Formats: sequence, C-alpha cells, structure tokens
Amino acid sequence: MRVRTESILPYSLLAPTLIFITLLIVVPIFQAFLLAFQTADGEFTLTQFEKMIADTSFADALKFTFLLLIFIVPAQVVLALVMALLIHTRFKGHTFFLYIYALPLAISDLAAGIVWLAIFTERGFLNSGLFQLGLLERPFLFLSYQNLPALFSTLIIAESWRATAIVMVILLAGLQVIPRDYFEAADVFGANTLKRTLFVVLPLLRPSLQNALIIRTIFAFQTFAVVLALAGRVIPVLTGEAYNWYALNRNANIAAAYSTLVLIFTVIATVVYFRLLRTSTAEAGFD
Amino acid sequence: MPSSRFILNRIFLYAVAIALAVWTLAPLYLIALAAFSTKEAVFQWPKLFLPTAFSTETMAFFVGSTGVLDSVKNSIIVALVTVVASLILGAPGGYALARFRFRGKDAIQLGFLISKMFPTAILSVPLAIAFLQMDLYDTLWGVALMHTAMALPFVIIVTAGIFVGVPRDLEEAAQTLGCNRLQAFWRVVMPLTIPGLAAAAIFTFVLSWNEVFAATILTLRNRTLPAQVLSGLSGSPLYYRYAGGFFMILPAVVFIFAIRKYLLNMWGNIVR
Repeated sequence: MRVRTESILPYSLLAPTLIFITLLIVVPIFQAFLLAFQTADGEFTLTQFEKMIADTSFADALKFTFLLLIFIVPAQVVLALVMALLIHTRFKGHTFFLYIYALPLAISDLAAGIVWLAIFTERGFLNSGLFQLGLLERPFLFLSYQNLPALFSTLIIAESWRATAIVMVILLAGLQVIPRDYFEAADVFGANTLKRTLFVVLPLLRPSLQNALIIRTIFAFQTFAVVLALAGRVIPVLTGEAYNWYALNRNANIAAAYSTLVLIFTVIATVVYFRLLRTSTAEAGFD
Repeated sequence: MPSSRFILNRIFLYAVAIALAVWTLAPLYLIALAAFSTKEAVFQWPKLFLPTAFSTETMAFFVGSTGVLDSVKNSIIVALVTVVASLILGAPGGYALARFRFRGKDAIQLGFLISKMFPTAILSVPLAIAFLQMDLYDTLWGVALMHTAMALPFVIIVTAGIFVGVPRDLEEAAQTLGCNRLQAFWRVVMPLTIPGLAAAAIFTFVLSWNEVFAATILTLRNRTLPAQVLSGLSGSPLYYRYAGGFFMILPAVVFIFAIRKYLLNMWGNIVR
C-alpha cells in the first residue's frame, strides 16, 4: 500500500501544472496553427499566409527581425561576458557591482524603450549633451526614418542595455560551477589573464554560452515593445506585425499567421539548442 | 608590497567596472530626471543634466490621466493572482521534481524547459479568441491565467531548486519522530524554504507586472499598466510616456534589488 501511494504522489503533485500548461500553452499553439491555416469553414488554406507575404510590411518585418537578432545577440553576449568575468574575479566590492549590473532584469522591454526614447529623442539627453560639449549645432534626428541606420542602432543599444543583465546572470551561474582547480592549474602553468580566459574559461563556459545565445535568440524573435517605443512603425518586426494585425486591423487570422511564423523560427532555434547543448555538456565532462 | 603591475591591473579593473556601472545606471537616472520635471522642461533645449527643474508636475499629470490609476490597480491584481496561482499550482510540482524519482520525470522536465520557450507573442492571439468564447476576454482573470501559464514553468524549476536545498534527512527525521508526510513538509520543509519561495514570488510578481504583449492583446478596456502605456504610445505626449516608463520601472527595480541575493541561484537553476 505504501509503495502505491508513493508511486502516485509525484504525478498527482505535478498534475495541476501539467493540465494548466496543456490548456494554456499546448492547446493555443495548435489553435494558432488552425487559425493560420484554416478558412472560416474549417478547410485547409494558405490564403492567410499569401496575404501575410503580400503585405507591404512583411519583407521589412522579416528583414529587420533577423537584422536585430544578428546585432543584438552578440552585443549582449560580449557585454555580459565582460561583466561576468569581471565579477568572477571577486575583486573588492564585486557584489555591489553585480547588483548594479543585474538591475535591468527588472525592466520590461516597453520601459527600456521609453528610457532610451528620453535619451535619443530630438530634444533628448544625448543631443543636449553633444550640444553642450560643442559637438553639435542642432539636434540630430536619431529616431527619424531619414536616418535609418541611427534609428536601428538605438534599438540595438536599448535592447543591449536591458537584456545584457539576463545573459550576465546566466554566464555567472555557469562560471560558478567551473571547479576552481581549473583556474589554479592554469596559473601554475603560468597563463596570464587573457590566455586563461581564452583557453581555459571560455571552453569550459561553452554550455552556458550556448544556453544564453539560444535563449536570447529565441527572445530576439519576440522583440516588440522596445521597437514600438523608439521607432513606432518605421521599423516593422514580426511580433509587432502580429500585434498590428490583431489590435489595429482586427484580423486574427493574419495575426496568427505571423505568430505561427515566429513559432516556426522558435522551434528551429530550440531544436538547434538541444542538439548543441547535448554535445557540449558531454564534452565539458561535468554538469 | 604590491607590484606596480598589480596596481595598474586593479586600476584598469575598477575603471571597467565603473564604466559598466555608469552604462547601467545613467539611463535610469535620466528617466527619473525626465519623469520628475515640469512639462516645459521636457521640451527644453538644451536639456540640463542636474535636477534643476525638479517637479512632480509630469508625474502628477500621468497619474491623473484617465485610466492610469485603474490600470495600476489592474496590474497589481493580475500580478497578485498570478503569484498566488502559480505558487499554489507550481510549488507541489517543484517538490515532486526535487524529492521523487519516477517514470517520465526527464520527459516532464524537458517539457517545462520547452514550454518556457513559447512566449506570449505566439499564444496571445489564439487565447484571445478562446477567451472571447469563454467570456474571459478583457477580464483581469484572463490576463492572470495567461501570466500564470507563463510563470509556471519558471516557478516549478525554481521551487524544485529550493526544495533540493533542504536536506532529505530533516524530513525523514521528522517522520521518524511521528509526523506524517504532510506534517513533516509543513513544519520542517516549509519554514526553511520561505525566504526562497518569497523571492520566487517577488520574481513572479515582476514578471507579470512587466508583461506587455499578452496584456495588450487580451484586454480592451481593462488595461494593465504596460498595456495602458503601450496603447497610448503614439498618441500621448512625451512627458506622459516618460512618467509612465519611470512608474513601471520603480517598483520592479526595488523588488529585484530586495531579492538580489537569490537572483544568481534562481537563474542558475532555470538555465541548467
């Protein structure tokens, strides 16, 4: 009797969550597919996808989503790596700096967009500062469609500022599970800091690095509010188009087509994620 | 006596550390400056970098705008419901993952890991349609349901990490001393895990407080604060947006700072 309750107990403890997640995550994913691929009569159709692709913003949305990803993810990882390695040296006062670097964890993409709006807008802090330093005669329009590269850069800066904290915490957690012996061994063989970082720390940190890379890649597909706050509709992105089609045009089917496209990219990234992760943890030899 | 090379090293290290701290903090200072000024100061040229025009005028304008106070109330209700629901549903699951070996455990853990990766942007549109049919559309319950689903995989993984930290011996000792399983959990495990669970609760609160996309798609009039600010982005004056941005950031930053000691552990668990 005792054995029986034991074997059922973990399942019954997990059941509420599993049911909840099935109803609110698994089922909606299938419904998104149905919305995207079905007509009102329930027949299979590609019309919605054709309409989505024919939409004037589609090509730009696809282009900018991937461009953002290509720039944002490496920027975040490099910056976060510097922060994490710095904190990991455990210099005097490192916890103080860690808490400062971690603060943006609390900030939503919408709020981050607004923060950088105050800096990059026409009469914002950046223009004011450059003017007062005598570097500018009149405000530069960072956020105008006429200066697309500048506008695009503001998005990268805002997203790097916000999401670097998440990557840093992931990398720092990874650094902490690397046994201290590895560092000491490198010291014994006379490696300097740079060599030790490149040849000892980075290879051992690979699982965490890949983790961070893929998590950020997946979420970079969802970049949305930060773009809306800084660029309005000048720079369209896939998730933003899903929002526009649903909230402004009241067309759930085309919105679902955009969502489905994002989902497909997410699944591809996830599969790549697990492939890479499996080989890398085996190689690292601990975990 | 430290060598001059060591001292140079230290100087370089602190210079980089301080530069990165300025990069993180300066924008927060500037949005605070913009959120607490007069309306004229928002359009002043050139802008000053010291709080010479300090005023609660723009903040008062934001808080007094139609719908803002209601949306703040809505945000708090949604976040509280999300915290309570996700802990009640998730913590037992976390305990199960921490304490038991059972068939399908790996598959279930993998499932949680994967479900973390399907964010709100994909789920919101079909959920909005389903909620319309169930009379949950444009209700706080609907948003809270979505946020709970979003938070659950996170809560399960984090609470599992917390429960693993409590030695099994303690629980077994309580059981040999006459407690049943539930009593042992309630009297021995719970008290030890309260700080960790509180940190998880606060993190979940911030997760919900910050969520924009689902809240905007799933509501029309009963907006949460981020949904309210987002839907007014293009039509509202700059000072409204600045004040709104700061208003969203402040509680979240305070909360995250309060649980700073738990952040590394939590994220370490989540990404493992």
